[in-house]
Amino acid sequence: MPNTKEIPGTEGEHAVIRVARAEDMDEVAAIDAAITANAKPDYWQRAFRRYATRRGRYFLVADDHGTIRGFILGEDRAWEFGSPPCGWIFAIGVDPRYREGGLGSRLYEALCLRMKEAGMETVRTMLARDDALNMAFFRSLGMRGGSFIQLEMPLDLKKEGETR
Amino acid sequence: MRLQKATQFAILAVLALARDPSRQLSAAEIAETYGISANHLAKVLRDLGRAGLVEAVRGAKGGYRFAGNAKRTSLYDVIRLFGDSVEGEADIGGPAAGTDIGRALGLVLSEIDEIAVATLKSISLATMIKSLEWESATSSR
Repeated sequence: MPNTKEIPGTEGEHAVIRVARAEDMDEVAAIDAAITANAKPDYWQRAFRRYATRRGRYFLVADDHGTIRGFILGEDRAWEFGSPPCGWIFAIGVDPRYREGGLGSRLYEALCLRMKEAGMETVRTMLARDDALNMAFFRSLGMRGGSFIQLEMPLDLKKEGETR
Repeated sequence: MRLQKATQFAILAVLALARDPSRQLSAAEIAETYGISANHLAKVLRDLGRAGLVEAVRGAKGGYRFAGNAKRTSLYDVIRLFGDSVEGEADIGGPAAGTDIGRALGLVLSEIDEIAVATLKSISLATMIKSLEWESATSSR
């Protein structure tokens, strides 16, 4: 049965979208931990060094009067299995208390603008099949199933009759 | 995946109403626009009404209007209301289903079903309406 309950919007519309700084990482890690229930502060320190300080890589945050409410990460990639240069988004998070206020959309749009300025014509992402929240979010912004398909297998898969 | 007629009619009707929630449309108007059976659609609209997605408006200019939450209702929700099963029919059926080839084929069909379900769950009525606007803006350029 469809959920017809309306969820009220929240504040955060005055947040400024800017490039992440080293001092933001504790707040970014806290938002991520609140969303994923998996604290990984070391990962975010590494992510800052890899994505906030290099050309063609993007680490943006939503700064609401000095408090970080959300983040987005991405990078430009080219020629993977013949794919012309395109932007990739591989992380987005908004403080759950500040959702439904448009912050995620603003982070996405700010990242897409930067990618477009860098010459990208397409933006892609990859999500878990059961990640209904993010899937619906990206769909609502116009993303659709693309021209590439993700494949995977366990590395220890031993096929019948295979000898090593 | 093939949707039953009732499911197709429900999706057409609910989107026709949800694109302008202030507007009411009769079953006959919707049926004429999409070239579908008005009698069959009337039954579908009653089912949508029981689910809280549309409401009947009485009076001379009566009809139906959208009463749900377009952001919170997915295509999958509408499909499930009418009993269509997108998933769980990957089994090729018959005695071959228990063979190695039957099982391997079943895995491929399951993969396709899982992608279909994830796609339908991720597309809300609001997203569908937005995509209509984008298409219209693109085609008018």
